[in-house]
Amino acid sequence: MNFMDIKQISPDQVIFFQYHFITLNLTIVFTWVVMALLVIGSWLVTRRLSTEQKISSWQNILEILVTGIQDQISEISRQKAKRYMPFIGTLFVFIAACNLLTVVPGYESPTASLSTTAALAICVFISVPLFGIARKGLGNYLKQYIQPTVFMLPFNIMGELSRTLALAVRLFGNIMSGSKIVAILLAIIPFVFPVILQLLGLLTGLIQAYIFAVLAMVYIASATQIQEQSDPQKDDNQ
Amino acid sequence: MSSISFIGMASVITAGLTIAVGAIGPAIGEGRAVASALSSIAQQPDEKNTITRTLFVGLAMIESTAIYCFVVSMILLFANPFWDYVISAAN
Repeated sequence: MNFMDIKQISPDQVIFFQYHFITLNLTIVFTWVVMALLVIGSWLVTRRLSTEQKISSWQNILEILVTGIQDQISEISRQKAKRYMPFIGTLFVFIAACNLLTVVPGYESPTASLSTTAALAICVFISVPLFGIARKGLGNYLKQYIQPTVFMLPFNIMGELSRTLALAVRLFGNIMSGSKIVAILLAIIPFVFPVILQLLGLLTGLIQAYIFAVLAMVYIASATQIQEQSDPQKDDNQ
Repeated sequence: MSSISFIGMASVITAGLTIAVGAIGPAIGEGRAVASALSSIAQQPDEKNTITRTLFVGLAMIESTAIYCFVVSMILLFANPFWDYVISAAN
């Protein structure tokens, strides 16, 4: 297995396994590791859920996580959280797990590669119109592109594209810069200092996961907003 | 001056300038944002959660300009297409 070099700015360039035309790079391998960890971990925890007074500590942690995400979603979108919970929760948990696992030596975060973050941002890009159309209908959704005037149409479309790009590059740049700065500092001041910056990297990783999820929620919320005066009942029967 | 040394020199200087200039603007912006968020938390401690969340989202927005500069300088240093082209042409 190859480790990452300082010259390689993304784990895409590190080849983990090669067999004829099948090439596995580190990004794919570690994405699978994170996926397996999340799936097996939550399966193990939710296998024995209890509603009694005494619950296991893992169930407690999971409940805190889920209710925390739910509260945030309903606070931001002012709608029922249940509808957006699977998508936003998955984004947050996946990115947070990717970034926090950097404490394990030899691990390279998949979010330090532009392909992973671009894929996540494209998911957000596609889900925004889907949620918007599902809630408001096709006509009402398309109408918001010409909202102030028709002349705003190209700017609205450009805004949609550029925020997707920003979402991808922001996450990639933050995580990649964290690991690169640690690698550069190892060459300059090898003691203690890289550890402190790695701690800072963990903090930024968690904040970036939060920001990615919040921004995705904000975009979806702005696409699904309904004027409350015109139809007050619609919010309740969602 | 040969093209290899010229491209190397230009890349390194540009990478340094990119990150130097690109750090100034976001630093001022983030400082102002944090300062006004702190004073509004001091005025209205009850709204702390909303202010903090908006601050984080806003900081991420501001910071992304610095991150773009950082990515450009990283590409210039480690994945420079012109450098690769010159090296492959020289071989």
